[in-house]
Amino acid sequence: MSTFDTIPQTRKEALIEILLRLGDDRLIHGHRLSEWAGHGPELEEDLALANVALDMIGHASSLYAYAAELDGKEDEDYYAYFRDDIDFKNIAMVELPRGDFAFTMARQFLFSAFSYFLYDKLIKTVDDEQFNGMLQKHFKEIKYHLRHSREWVFRLGDGTDESHKRTQDAFDEIWMYTGEMFDMDEADKAAIKHNLFVDVTSFKDEWKNLVNETLEEATLSVPDYDQYMFSGSRQGRHTEHLGPLLAQMQFLRRSHPDAEWK
Amino acid sequence: MDTQKQLDEFQQRIDNGEKIEPKDWMPERYRKQLIRIMSQHAHSEIVGMLPESNWITRAPSLKRKMVLLAKVQDEAGHGLYLYSGTETLGVERRELVEDYIYGNAKYSSIFNYPTLTYADICVIGWLVDGAAIVNQTMLAKSSYGPYARANIRICKEESFHKKQGYEMLAKMTSGTPEQKRMAQDAVNRWWWPTLMMFGPHDTDSPNSAELIKWGVKTKTNDELRQSFVDRMVMEAEAIDVTLPDPDMKYNEKTGHWEFGEIPWDEFWSVVKGDGPMNRERIKARRKAYEEGEWVREAAMQYARKKKLKEGKAS
Repeated sequence: MSTFDTIPQTRKEALIEILLRLGDDRLIHGHRLSEWAGHGPELEEDLALANVALDMIGHASSLYAYAAELDGKEDEDYYAYFRDDIDFKNIAMVELPRGDFAFTMARQFLFSAFSYFLYDKLIKTVDDEQFNGMLQKHFKEIKYHLRHSREWVFRLGDGTDESHKRTQDAFDEIWMYTGEMFDMDEADKAAIKHNLFVDVTSFKDEWKNLVNETLEEATLSVPDYDQYMFSGSRQGRHTEHLGPLLAQMQFLRRSHPDAEWK
Repeated sequence: MDTQKQLDEFQQRIDNGEKIEPKDWMPERYRKQLIRIMSQHAHSEIVGMLPESNWITRAPSLKRKMVLLAKVQDEAGHGLYLYSGTETLGVERRELVEDYIYGNAKYSSIFNYPTLTYADICVIGWLVDGAAIVNQTMLAKSSYGPYARANIRICKEESFHKKQGYEMLAKMTSGTPEQKRMAQDAVNRWWWPTLMMFGPHDTDSPNSAELIKWGVKTKTNDELRQSFVDRMVMEAEAIDVTLPDPDMKYNEKTGHWEFGEIPWDEFWSVVKGDGPMNRERIKARRKAYEEGEWVREAAMQYARKKKLKEGKAS
């Protein structure tokens, strides 16, 4: 039993938990993408990466704002700045260091493909108007993130020998962190009961098909789906990479908790 | 060689306020000057992303993080269309980029100073973008069409950046003692380098007369600097921050604020490459460029393969 494995009892608790899980994935992934600002391989990509980072942090911010409203917290910043590593519910994949451009694009593709199917199903299921409205808005941007990263997987996989090798290495390295996307726990089940979430395993085959097709077209081999998979991040069991990320993200805000920064 | 007749006709067009477009005849020297100015402007936008991106991951609220990320994204956009604009003069982006990361091409010296606290981000928005707006508002009337149009677009976004920086700085100067201290310290460090952004005194500016004659610029460095100072004195007062110049005084007769001597030795030193961050900035840009080489090659190779396949299919 994990320290934070408390099962949401009410509809409100279930909703807050889902908002934070989605929000944390996006904030942490957005943070990693934002590290590229000013350092991209070409100017067009500096723009595109900043754009995707901005979308993701924006999505997190609105999900948190709704959670704060339900949870009686001051605002969205509470969740980003005043929680510790073990409170964060993001999957480990998004907290891994940004790596090279191949790593960044491989991760973005895998995550955006997952988000695409997830949001598509959520929009048809979630019966909370405010939450559903957000999902619909974010879904449009997720489609772009998927297209953008998928095109790069083609270019890099089927580009030069070097880009092929780097991209294959990236997928091989990330693979053990993909399993967590499809883990289900009691909190997910509680949310499903209230029509606030969906069974993520229900679209695993669709996700796999898209990944297989994409990697095949990019002349890359698909790593073994049955290999060891990292798990536990949704319950606060992270890698060692999240701590330094949060230390950087939170230091100024926490050093001056009484200051106004908005 | 450009003939006198061509030069006269060209000058006539400038004097009539006509815009020069890429396919029009222009003196070689005009073309060279524009390539220099426009590419320096582009490089500045790109190098300028570095001191700011230094604070994206540490911004103190999600709103401020997004504001900063959007600002840096805008700068990449400015760089992109300034490079495109420069390409209309017959040079390639790659060549221009390599000129500053491996050669001697310049960018604005202001970006050779470090951003030490978050207040620096606010002060860059207020002072540095404020100075850039004064300059670019003039350049928006430049005789070269593509450059004038780029500046119109840039000014709109810069005005927004300046407003955001000034607003946040005002929050800090009316905030906690620590915030006030950071804000004043940042103003102390950025004030003089910002005044240097307008370039040397008119008497030491060899290019000015020619640029004004050709309508690339319409005001001199000193005129622009003065209008900036006049405005900033009021804005500083409004948010209770002190400009670090004990000699600053109002001249009733001229209606202008007279300011102390700019540390020109520091200016020339930084221009020549010896500033606190010159080497690091170039190193960071060179690293991004070199580490991006395989990505750009992959994209080109993929495009070639795709074209070949399409050729076979049809």
